[in-house]
Amino acid sequence: MLQAVIFYLLAIATVLSGLAVITRRNPIASAVSLVVTFFFLAALYVMLGAHFVAVTQVLVYAGAVMVLFVFVIMLLNLRGTDPRELPDLAPRGLVGLAVAGFIGMGLVVSIDALRLVDMGPVADDFGTIQQVGTIIFDGTYLLPFEVASALLTVAMVGAVVLAKREI
Amino acid sequence: MDQVGLYPVLFTSALLFGLGVTGVLTRRNVLIVLMSIELMLNGVNLAFVGFARHLGQVDGHAFAIFVMAVAAAEAAVGLALVLLLFRHKTSVDLETFDLLRG
Repeated sequence: MLQAVIFYLLAIATVLSGLAVITRRNPIASAVSLVVTFFFLAALYVMLGAHFVAVTQVLVYAGAVMVLFVFVIMLLNLRGTDPRELPDLAPRGLVGLAVAGFIGMGLVVSIDALRLVDMGPVADDFGTIQQVGTIIFDGTYLLPFEVASALLTVAMVGAVVLAKREI
Repeated sequence: MDQVGLYPVLFTSALLFGLGVTGVLTRRNVLIVLMSIELMLNGVNLAFVGFARHLGQVDGHAFAIFVMAVAAAEAAVGLALVLLLFRHKTSVDLETFDLLRG
């Protein structure tokens, strides 16, 4: 019972802070809401037994990615150049809302069509670093892991080449 | 989570994804569009983790970590592109980026 209450509170908080991300006028406010969303999501991951993913979420998303976003926002110095927006109910915004609603409806309908039994208990060591590490390094996901490292290298070089004024 | 079940997790994930789609399609600030993409990727991650918990296998966690790696790469390249665009146009408004319009 307590678990269910905590889960629903966290889920509502996640969705509300996600809503704040796309409704704030100021990009900094959006970025802060995004950090809050990431932390609530990490809490949800912990509730789902994904301890390692939760730690990675805080380190990579709330740490690295958000620092990148905030840095770029500060670097751009947007004062005065902010495009006026939100309650932007121009035809473009309305079409966007309609398409998003359509996609969301499709997702909800397809989730509703699943016939799944409820979750049972899992082993104590479910989702620990040891288990996740074993499955990544000792089996099916070794090649994807190496490809991901190559992708990160390419992205790093690409970002430096793009953003540097003169190479 | 035994009393909650998988469906609320999936609905939360679908809501997050829908919020991300809404942000991408309606906002005009390119930075907030990038943040909305992060929101969509996080919704997908939540579904992966929920299914991993449901099936009792950690494969979903491995996928979630790969998604995070891709998201980090995407954010780095995307923000470099935003910097470049801002240098050319002195704006982050998507409507001003019409170099390829015929």
